[in-house]
Amino acid sequence: MEKNVVVVYPHPDDESFGAAGTITKLRNEGIPVTYLCGTLGEMGRNMGTPPFANRETLPLIREKELANACKVLDIDYRLLGYRDKTMEYEDVQEMAGHIKGILEDIKPTLIITHYPDYAVHPDHNAIGAATIEAVKLMDKESRPEVWAQAISKGFVDELGSPDITYDVTEVFDKKLEAIFEHKSQAGGMINTFSGETPDAIEEKKAFQKRMSKEQFYIWEYND
Amino acid sequence: MEPIDIKNVQEELDKYVNKDVYMHIETTNGAYASHVNDKAYNVGVYARNITTKFTQAKIVSDNSKAYRVGLKLEKGWVYAEGLTDWEIYDKSKLLLAGHDNQGRLMVALQISETPFDY
Repeated sequence: MEKNVVVVYPHPDDESFGAAGTITKLRNEGIPVTYLCGTLGEMGRNMGTPPFANRETLPLIREKELANACKVLDIDYRLLGYRDKTMEYEDVQEMAGHIKGILEDIKPTLIITHYPDYAVHPDHNAIGAATIEAVKLMDKESRPEVWAQAISKGFVDELGSPDITYDVTEVFDKKLEAIFEHKSQAGGMINTFSGETPDAIEEKKAFQKRMSKEQFYIWEYND
Repeated sequence: MEPIDIKNVQEELDKYVNKDVYMHIETTNGAYASHVNDKAYNVGVYARNITTKFTQAKIVSDNSKAYRVGLKLEKGWVYAEGLTDWEIYDKSKLLLAGHDNQGRLMVALQISETPFDY
């Protein structure tokens, strides 16, 4: 079966911060990638640095930023239409059914999402749980592989070493380029890294070191 | 948005007095507050398109860098503090927001005679 990857995260910019390196490596191998983006990050508190968005324009701006980042990463995206910060209050089965329908259309061989309860933001945990449930609803034989990403503090102590670790150092420039398309959200970082001052170079190096690995657990279905 | 001009905002608030209005009110310290700082709590409240009517509205300066707005309802109150900026959006919606020194939204109070997108 032809490889085909779907990434499921809740916010415009999760794809860039969380998996841009992995996505770049997949695209370099010619594997198609589609990003299912849960919300438009309507409730973000970053409005640009200094602010250029307001609560009403933010979703429109973030949708454009998402389109630009996906262009940089050379991937397709689809919007799931939920509202930022509310996904955990949705009915999980309903959301799982919705996501399953889209997965059946795209037919991925691999799905990347957040690890429920270990992904810090409530939307991350909710979309991870719904995506894992969506795959569980499929016939065992036709389930794609699911990679779950944990980001909470000390997750390795509780979950053990991740099954998959991508060192994304060599494609880090691409990752940063994708992150920087999210200008409303990454404005502070863009300002910090700008210029060739020793401080800017140091900050950028520290960030690169912190973000040099993208790690995932292969989800095990025990049914 | 623009830094709040107390006189202009008072005039705009007065336009909504005794009318049926939609309100958006929120405050947040971000979804990562307790992730970044073990001792912190994530705190926020959010209401969008609450329908209400107020009989008085007042904006007050706290003599430093922000403003408070209080709305007297027929059977209660709404207030928001830490407001720094304002805008008339889409010709008819009054947006008030408070931004911290890094430009992040801390609080918002928005009033309109038509619903906000949902």
